[in-house]
Amino acid sequence: MADTDTSIAKVHVSMTVNGALRSASVEPRTLLVHFLRDELGLTGTHVGCDTSQCGACVVKVDDVTTKSCTAFAVQLDGSTVQTIEGLASGDAYHPVQEGFWEMHGLQCGYCTPGMIMSSVSLLERNPNPSEEEIRHELEGNFCRCTGYQNIVRAVQYAADKLNSSAAD
Amino acid sequence: MYPAAFSYHRAESVADAIAILGENPDAKVLAGGHSLIPAMKLRLAAPGMLIDIGRIDELKGVNLTDGVTFGALATYNDMRDADGIAENYPIIDDAVRRIGDPQVRAHGTIGGTLAHSDPAADLTAVMLALGAEVVATGPNGERTISTEELFVDLWTTSLGIDELITSVRVPPLPGNSVMAYEKHSHPASGYAVAGVAVVVSSDGSKVTSARICVTGATSKATHARSAEATLIGQPLTDTTIQAAAQLAPEGLEINGDYYASEAYRAQLIRVLTRKALERALARASGTNA
Repeated sequence: MADTDTSIAKVHVSMTVNGALRSASVEPRTLLVHFLRDELGLTGTHVGCDTSQCGACVVKVDDVTTKSCTAFAVQLDGSTVQTIEGLASGDAYHPVQEGFWEMHGLQCGYCTPGMIMSSVSLLERNPNPSEEEIRHELEGNFCRCTGYQNIVRAVQYAADKLNSSAAD
Repeated sequence: MYPAAFSYHRAESVADAIAILGENPDAKVLAGGHSLIPAMKLRLAAPGMLIDIGRIDELKGVNLTDGVTFGALATYNDMRDADGIAENYPIIDDAVRRIGDPQVRAHGTIGGTLAHSDPAADLTAVMLALGAEVVATGPNGERTISTEELFVDLWTTSLGIDELITSVRVPPLPGNSVMAYEKHSHPASGYAVAGVAVVVSSDGSKVTSARICVTGATSKATHARSAEATLIGQPLTDTTIQAAAQLAPEGLEINGDYYASEAYRAQLIRVLTRKALERALARASGTNA
């Protein structure tokens, strides 16, 4: 099992990703983001800054938003992971996805998967965030296009939609 | 970016982690990973082995009896959410709400940040100001290291290579103690360009103990001794706060870099010392700033 360029054995890693049990043999140094993209083909999760700052790689691990460039896959063996690909229900977008669509919360789209995953988590913790709270909660996600205004509106749209459907 | 190759060991217990650590001098301990993994990706660190302590339950938890004891794996969010922290140790609440970003706060740990001794970490200065000590466990059992002795230099501590921080203890403080932490954050990383932690105790009218500790601007968390000395025996007032703030950078070896010059950081230390003391004082009088 020795890798071609190192003498270190690969390790078997299994995770429940978007509801399905997935596994692969990887080097211990394999980051979660590379496990998702390269081993599982889930390329919706992006690599941005690669220095744990920009948030393009944010996914949920055991319900906690996590920068997938800052965790090794082997650490998370047995975890439950949700990525942007696991958010919609069939053809129906998640309200946060719909909010980004309706309120033009993206331009180039590079930051969007991480931005949406962080926004989903923020609304789960705080269903009625103020604008200030939205901005504070998204401080780990950088956008270089929108100036954030429409991202805030997208989250507000999603909050309204989630709250009105919860009231139904 | 890819870290250099390493072998991986998931420790089942503290004893297991220490045994493996002792056998592998090039191993590093992996807790929350939010200092170590970025350093490994930049190849500033290239350990041959990682010993993952992340699932050791005995290292988790927060206990507020006789001061407060944090398990080494207490995350910043655990510290924020623990009952009694915001009321009794508002300086900790100040700091943990402003470390990094929500993802960092969910994963970063107190044991990790203290063992890493990053010059721009927040809790290093806060724990120094609180007079905290760490319990380090090694092959010969436990020993206690004060934070004064723990931080040696940039990314350097007095921990032995076969020792692990297992808990962090903050002693009970005198009844008349006020405290606050103020920082100027780097806009991208959230690290402290400069940060000042203050814990001031008094006999009701005069200051009996003052700890004013600086991070971000120096190679390790450090006391601002001149500012501390000037407050002793004085009441905490606008005038004495201004005097302490002006003296705060004195005697410190302040770093300058492309982001912030030495002179700018010295000025930040003055401003942040004033703000922290003012906020601590406001807390004492109940007008929470």
